[in-house]
Amino acid sequence: MSFVKFENVSLAYAPGGANAIEDVSLDIREGEFVAVVGPSGCGKSTLMKLVSGLKPPSVGNVFVDGREVGGPLKIVGMAFQAANLLPWRTTLDNVMLPLEIVEPYRGRLRQEKEKFRADAEALLARVGLAGYGDKFPWELSGGMQQRASICRALIHQPRLLMLDEPFGALDAFTREELWCMLRDLWQEKPFTIVLVTHDLREAVFLADTVYVMSKRPGRILVRKEIDLPRPRPLDVTYTDAFAGYVHELREHIGRIRES
Amino acid sequence: MAIKQTTVIKSAPWVLTIALFLIWEAICTGLSIPDYLMPAPSAIWVSGHEYAGPIMMHATQTLWTTLAGFAIAVVVGMLLGLAVGASPLVYKACYPLLVGFNSIPKVAFVPVLVVWFGIGTIPAILTAFLISFFPVVVNVATGLATLEPELEDVLRSLGAKRWDIMIKVGLPRSLPYFFASLKVAITLAFVGSVISETVASNLGIGYLMMSASSSMNMPLVFAGLIVIGVMGVVMYELFALLEKRLTGWAHRNPNAPG
Repeated sequence: MSFVKFENVSLAYAPGGANAIEDVSLDIREGEFVAVVGPSGCGKSTLMKLVSGLKPPSVGNVFVDGREVGGPLKIVGMAFQAANLLPWRTTLDNVMLPLEIVEPYRGRLRQEKEKFRADAEALLARVGLAGYGDKFPWELSGGMQQRASICRALIHQPRLLMLDEPFGALDAFTREELWCMLRDLWQEKPFTIVLVTHDLREAVFLADTVYVMSKRPGRILVRKEIDLPRPRPLDVTYTDAFAGYVHELREHIGRIRES
Repeated sequence: MAIKQTTVIKSAPWVLTIALFLIWEAICTGLSIPDYLMPAPSAIWVSGHEYAGPIMMHATQTLWTTLAGFAIAVVVGMLLGLAVGASPLVYKACYPLLVGFNSIPKVAFVPVLVVWFGIGTIPAILTAFLISFFPVVVNVATGLATLEPELEDVLRSLGAKRWDIMIKVGLPRSLPYFFASLKVAITLAFVGSVISETVASNLGIGYLMMSASSSMNMPLVFAGLIVIGVMGVVMYELFALLEKRLTGWAHRNPNAPG
């Protein structure tokens, strides 16, 4: 059974206005790693708002975990291109922010503070930030901030992780490092990931399935399964099979841009 | 050069102030300007000594009046700022009124306060409040209104209520703006209380200056002015210190890696 399901979904931000996305149907199974690529302004971020329940669709239905989405979902974690850490909190306190909001953690935070702290520290260690919990965000590099931001998205053990161009602002080397970090996190304990990105190599390297969206109003044009064996080492990006996938996706994007 | 740059920067305000007084003194003595027109700093000093008792008494009165008005301004400004910043509706509804009210010269409002509350301390407190709450409102509202939408999305997708977002993010985020406004507000509060004392009171530095100038005692008038100035600087520095202590994260170390 599918975990996230879109049935002919359209969304117009202003009632009666132009659609941001149009007639989108999707099926994502639990534990699947999905990437969505497309030209800028194609409504990828709109997709995120719909899945996380921040916006209701104008037409059609969105289901997550078998239920229709009617409001914010607590099983979702989100991270964006800007890390958006709170500068007055230490990195550890930033990571623990969702625990202060989401039930059942919120109610248990007082009694089990030590356990939660340990969890957060373990998570930071998992992404290579061991010992940085006491630092303030502005004492970290951009890549480290983004790692912390992903920790914040994962601390409440969401079943669905939404990433909106999380590596877009990083340099090429840091980006590849973070790809591997995300790959390992997911490989270790698979959860569903929807990754919105401009970077076709990123999409092919990480995802099981890549969706290509059209220009506004956004529609799904192509659904491509990436059949590369896992676990994928970074070297896979230099193979012919990998290049073939990227090339094929690039041609779709090229066609959209010309149209 | 033997003197370190930090020492130069630290001593600069003192040097400039002393230099200014010296030039002032030199001009007054050099051109032999009479005391009843423009008293020299030395004459002001002498007068300050002579009237030390009354000056202290009136200065204390002014200080308390100012602080009382300022305290009300902080509370009211904070609450109004939270309301204006948190809700676009309140923002739209209140802004023209606030701006309009702030444009009224408060000295024109003192007589109204006198009719309502009589001569004395209460109009002075209220004038200090009326003149100083506006910057607090604007700054707190700005701090809240410039919240990053992505961050709001993160929190809302977790099921955070408006109140959660306000407490966890909005309020701490607006604190640097709030403290910045306190520094402006406290100096304005002095302006307010002294204006009111000048027009309608028989206590406070404003009153002291009024009565001194009516007897052509210019050195005492200037002594009063300087006392107000000193109190303003001291309070300003106090709030600057508080700001640094409580919101150090907003004034990050430039040497730290970005």
